[in-house]
Amino acid sequence: MGNFIIIKMDVWKNIKIKRSFRQIRMEKLFRSSLVLIALSILVLVFAFMLTLIVHSLPSIKALGFGFLYGKTWDPVANIYGTYPFLLGTLLTSFLALLISIPFSFSIAIFLGEYYPRGWFSEFLKNAIELIAAVPSVIYGFWGLFVLVPIVRSIELKLGITPYGIGIFTSSVILAIMIVPYAASLGREMIRMVPSSLKEAAYSLGATRWEVIKMVVIPYSKSGLFAGVLLSLGRALGETMAVTMVIGNTSIIPKSIFDPGNTMASVIANEFTEAASTLYLSSLIELGLILFLVTVVINIIGKRVIKRFTTD
Amino acid sequence: MSQNIKYRLGKSISFKGLVIFFSILCTIPLFLILFYIIREGITKINWDFLVNLPKPVGETGGGILNALVGSLLIVFYAAVIAIPFGIMGGIYLSENKKSWLAYWCRLSVDVLQGTPSIVVGIVIYFWIVKPLGTFSALSGSIALAVMMLPIIVRSTEETLKLLPSTLKEAGLALGLPYHKVMLRIILPCGFSGVLSGIILAVARIAGETAPLLFTAFGNPFLNTDVTKPMHSLPLLIFNYATSPYDEWHDLAWGAAFILLLWILLLNIITKITTRKWKIQF
Repeated sequence: MGNFIIIKMDVWKNIKIKRSFRQIRMEKLFRSSLVLIALSILVLVFAFMLTLIVHSLPSIKALGFGFLYGKTWDPVANIYGTYPFLLGTLLTSFLALLISIPFSFSIAIFLGEYYPRGWFSEFLKNAIELIAAVPSVIYGFWGLFVLVPIVRSIELKLGITPYGIGIFTSSVILAIMIVPYAASLGREMIRMVPSSLKEAAYSLGATRWEVIKMVVIPYSKSGLFAGVLLSLGRALGETMAVTMVIGNTSIIPKSIFDPGNTMASVIANEFTEAASTLYLSSLIELGLILFLVTVVINIIGKRVIKRFTTD
Repeated sequence: MSQNIKYRLGKSISFKGLVIFFSILCTIPLFLILFYIIREGITKINWDFLVNLPKPVGETGGGILNALVGSLLIVFYAAVIAIPFGIMGGIYLSENKKSWLAYWCRLSVDVLQGTPSIVVGIVIYFWIVKPLGTFSALSGSIALAVMMLPIIVRSTEETLKLLPSTLKEAGLALGLPYHKVMLRIILPCGFSGVLSGIILAVARIAGETAPLLFTAFGNPFLNTDVTKPMHSLPLLIFNYATSPYDEWHDLAWGAAFILLLWILLLNIITKITTRKWKIQF
């Protein structure tokens, strides 16, 4: 009888020990899979960069730096100069930035300083979030059927060739799309301005405008700058809306009302048609440049935000 | 003060007016877009539109069944791929704040978030489409999963960071193994934040077109096989909107209306989720 109980207790102990061993093994498995997944995200990004570099090697070798300042893009004649696309990308992005900045800063000041609460601010905040949520293909579609005729009639009045489509139209669409980025970040940053600073300025007799000009904006300027950078990153990489309204010609645009092409739109249009290796790899090199530029801009933007929020 | 107080006050008030004016002006394009899509789209929607395939040019009618099914499938598979990776990555980052791997992982997530969608399309083309020799819905899902990943990782990390460490310590003190503490206590507590991050990510990728151009490619027929090309709503809108035919423009308006409705719904669900299960500590 006594023996039996001891045996039973042994079995019970074994089960218990086995179970805790299993738990420990599971725990180790869980910890190592966490590390593995974190590592795989890192590897994913490196593999991204590597793939782009490897596949653009043929064009880097064959064309060198001439790729960047060559003025003609003629795949039929095997000439690949991307200056028109670089110019198109820079023109559309910076024009869009220029148009959007007054709007995004106004919204940031409106929501951050003048009216942080209230039904209208809530409404405005949701509307801004909605602008960011609408897919870019819908912006392009709307631009093509509503904005292009409007721009065309303006061009007719001004006496320019009425293309309708072109750099200016895409900049307007882009400007609408990138407002939310700078606006919501700017709002957060303006909210973080210490009220003691503002009160000090008021007590010295400053008006609201003077407080904004001399306290709020100087204090939050790095945050506002980061918002502008993130908007720029978004504008540079935006593909669909621009592709639909820019006109897709590889000629260097002479004015902002001319049709053109951006780096992203030329990839979207010609990637599946690119037959020769050099053609394909020069498109991929464009993708690589786009990737590197947007990555650098984004990382600088994030750094600025981090430094601002930890100060 | 050399300047008159009235002048300074006037300047202040006019600046305020300017700010309000610009803020209101900015919402006008949004409402114009919503107005046009709804006005043009709602007349095209009927039962036939939802259950038929697109008709060839010249014939009126036809629907967008292939794109509707394709979009749902592609987004579903993308979510299935991205959610486990995203949540696990988020848990890792919230648990390890200082290690070198966490630093580089965080940087990678930032890089992924800033990557232009067209570049994702190119890379996935070389990873999946080229080796398999055919455009496929699976490659489209993977491209979209890559775009979802940073959003889910970030929202999971931010949510779990907010939870008090006492919660974790209590679990560990009871003798629970680490994985149970994380999966059964910490994750359910941050459920609303994680879920809203996932829904937000789905809403963000549901309208993505650029990564699908070289991966899912599009297909005029109904297809549920993930190894074959598949259509999706954004692709259909792009193809039909840039075509010269009025019948196809009509299909594109209807598709745009459905896509917009879908994304609005997802955004509203996100709002409700965050409000209903708000973390309270």
